[in-house]
Amino acid sequence: MSTVLLIFCVLAAVSVGTAFMTIFSKNPIHSAIYLVICFFSIGFQYLLMNSQFLFIVHLIVYAGAIMILFLFTVMLMNLNKEDEVHKPRITRWAAVVLFILSCIVLIAIFIQSKPIVGPYDTTGEDYQSIKVLGKILLNEYMVPFEFASVLLLVAMIGAVLLSKKEKS
Amino acid sequence: MDNVLNQIGIENYIFLSVILFCIGVFGVLYRRNAIIVFMSIEIMLNAVNLLFVAFSTYHQDPQGQIFVFFSMAVAAAEVAVGLAIVVSIFRNLGSIDIDNLKNLKG
Amino acid sequence: MDTNLALVLLLAPFLGFLINVFFGKSLGKSVSGFIGTGTVVVSFVVTLVFFLQINQNGKPIQISLFDWISINGFKVDFGFLLDQLSLLWLMFVTGIGALIHLYSISYMHDDENMHKFFAYLNLFVFFMISLVMGSNLLVMFIGWEGVGLCSYLLIGFWYKNQDYNDAAKKAFIMNRIGDLGLLIGIFILATLFSTLDFAQLKTAILSGTNTNTCWIAAAALALFIGACGKSAQIPLYTWLPDAMAGPTPVSALIHAATMVTAGIFMITRLNFLFGMDIDTMHVVNTIIAVIGAVTALVAATIGLVQNDIKKVLAYSTVSQLGLMFLALGLGAYEVAVFHVITHAFFKACLFLGSGSVIHALHGEQDMRKMGGLKKAMPVTFITMLISSLAISGIFPLAGFWSKDEILMVAYEHNKVLYIIGSIASIMTAFYMFRLMYLTFFKDFRGTEEQKHHLHESPALITFPLIVLAILAAIGGAISLPGNSWLNNYLAPLFAEKAGEAHGLGGEQYMLMGIAMAGALIGIGYAYSKYIKQNQIPEEDSEITGFSKVLYNKYYVDEAYEFLFVKPVNVLSRFFRDYVETAVSGVVFGLAKVTGELGYQGKKLQNGNIGFYLFVFVFGVCAMITYIFLAK
Repeated sequence: MSTVLLIFCVLAAVSVGTAFMTIFSKNPIHSAIYLVICFFSIGFQYLLMNSQFLFIVHLIVYAGAIMILFLFTVMLMNLNKEDEVHKPRITRWAAVVLFILSCIVLIAIFIQSKPIVGPYDTTGEDYQSIKVLGKILLNEYMVPFEFASVLLLVAMIGAVLLSKKEKS
Repeated sequence: MDNVLNQIGIENYIFLSVILFCIGVFGVLYRRNAIIVFMSIEIMLNAVNLLFVAFSTYHQDPQGQIFVFFSMAVAAAEVAVGLAIVVSIFRNLGSIDIDNLKNLKG
Repeated sequence: MDTNLALVLLLAPFLGFLINVFFGKSLGKSVSGFIGTGTVVVSFVVTLVFFLQINQNGKPIQISLFDWISINGFKVDFGFLLDQLSLLWLMFVTGIGALIHLYSISYMHDDENMHKFFAYLNLFVFFMISLVMGSNLLVMFIGWEGVGLCSYLLIGFWYKNQDYNDAAKKAFIMNRIGDLGLLIGIFILATLFSTLDFAQLKTAILSGTNTNTCWIAAAALALFIGACGKSAQIPLYTWLPDAMAGPTPVSALIHAATMVTAGIFMITRLNFLFGMDIDTMHVVNTIIAVIGAVTALVAATIGLVQNDIKKVLAYSTVSQLGLMFLALGLGAYEVAVFHVITHAFFKACLFLGSGSVIHALHGEQDMRKMGGLKKAMPVTFITMLISSLAISGIFPLAGFWSKDEILMVAYEHNKVLYIIGSIASIMTAFYMFRLMYLTFFKDFRGTEEQKHHLHESPALITFPLIVLAILAAIGGAISLPGNSWLNNYLAPLFAEKAGEAHGLGGEQYMLMGIAMAGALIGIGYAYSKYIKQNQIPEEDSEITGFSKVLYNKYYVDEAYEFLFVKPVNVLSRFFRDYVETAVSGVVFGLAKVTGELGYQGKKLQNGNIGFYLFVFVFGVCAMITYIFLAK
């Protein structure tokens, strides 16, 4: 068992475990913390695959921005201690069944397609450093890049408008 | 430099991604709290991003990572707007239990 | 040029109809009346032009407006044929029609719906013209149906009276039954010959290449049934006396001069069919002759005891039509046409005269309440007297010549039919003069108030009476034995009938004498009964014995009611109660099922987001399974 594989397994276990904890924990703040840990583990997966830029961006965007937003919202609504009524029992069992079902379906597709998993070759050249990514982003993918900026602008305006207080 | 995947193997990444995705689905269906549902959706998005990066390494092609980049931008925008909506609902209904949002009945 | 004139002929009355329908109310009574009359006069003038033209050069005019039906070798075009027969018919249709329109201006003056009356009258003339002018059986059928419709509209003109509506319905339905026969005949002819055009049918039939004798005879019989319906022969005659519910001009125009002659017109038009020299057709002709004779006799017997002045004239019409069919059945088409023309003259005059009497008595139609009108209404009296003499067959008025021709033909072919026809003629003389004596002679039997208001009718009423009486007097001149303008005129129509012109031999003189004697006996018996013995017919409750049977028209109406009307009513009630509920049940049931399905399906939309998400995920799994795994 090589080191890399070990690291991968640990990270994978952390990801899955914290994901489950996110869903099952009663306190929303705890859920948020677990989710942050999940994001961190996935970020380290990126780092394992030598994509440093994405690792940084992932941490900044997800753990830094998105989770902060979540926490702010949770605190705004004072959901600190939550005694939430659970869904009806049958619904919860149905959810479990669907969980297993979707797992089976997706894995079955993969197995049935019998992919030819060939030798993992390296071209040797650098394909994912920030320099290369920047070049591609601003050459071939410039239009989606600009549109992404428009998207973020619209989202910002939308968020401001939607959460305005009515003058009553 | 050797391809990381030589040690790990792409199928592991696929299984991990599938499991994370299904956990996200499970979370959406299991919880009543709108915030937790949102978090589950973020888990789903992350699973997909992970798979994209894995395949980018497999093909030695940066285009997968470009897509992840954009996916993250969209996720951020979505969270912003979604949380604004949740706050509006909280202001109107006093709770964010999604089973209370039944006005479209009929 | 000819086409345009023919279209003017056809469409002028229709234009009058449109004007009166849309603007009649605002135009006022007199104007709408004169417009209605004017259009028919225009048609008459055009007819006269064509008539003089064809009298000179003898060439029929065929006009084809457009191709109407063209299927698989069967072609029917919308066309008109102006030949000797149709122009002759048009002459008296438009001529007498114009006179009756003129009469109606005065007669209907008190009615608030006068413009509607003239609209219907014009529509009727339009349809009658298209019936007569049609170049094929289908265009004729359009006119046939149209006159039936107008008959319904006009009989039920005073629609506020339910009895009149029932009479109109009866007329229409009995006509329809006849029309079914006509249609069957048309279908058979279309199947056999692939054409309905008269000229083409004539060539096809005369070429003698048909072996389908049974079917041809069946077609002829079916067509005759259609003629029965329209021309009121047994068994479809009971509508005509009831149709007297309409205003008197209607009775005069439709039920004396024009519509009821349509059957005879059709048979004469198709003389090449009915005159075929095959056994089966001989059978059909015998049937026609027998029915004609029997109808003549039966109707005459019923007319002997009727007390309503118009009913007497109605039964007289049925009887005279029977005589015409007798002539047709014996193959004497020109004789039938002659009698049609003379009958139109004197019957129209009689009806219009009776209308004048009814008008003067403010609606009284029972002869038992009339009498002594000779002094008060001289013009009406004289014109009706002339027409009565004509219908009784007194020399030298028109009726004598035409009726005599029929009896002569009957004598030659079948003595029994001759005897039946003669008896009917004697009875005709009797009841016509019974009518005259009861109405015009002796003392007035009505109320005092009516007596004070008795006066002659205005000029617009008496003028047509005078014209028609003159025609009834001299009309016989068109076909004198031995020198018949009419026979020569119609000769091109009748294929190879070796013009059996009756010479004026001893036999003919003897028959003429017998006919005159019979008429005089009838008149004399009426004179003795109603003048000498001063008899007045009894009140309804006092009629007994065979007279009662006759008075109730042999209870034929009651028999029809029992045999046909009641079963149909039972059947329709059955349909209404059971079949309709079943069908409604099915239709409403379908609606209910759909509603239920929708109601249950509505429950899927319970507004619960969790449920929607479930279905969402499940649906995605199902789709993925189907696309990727199920192949």
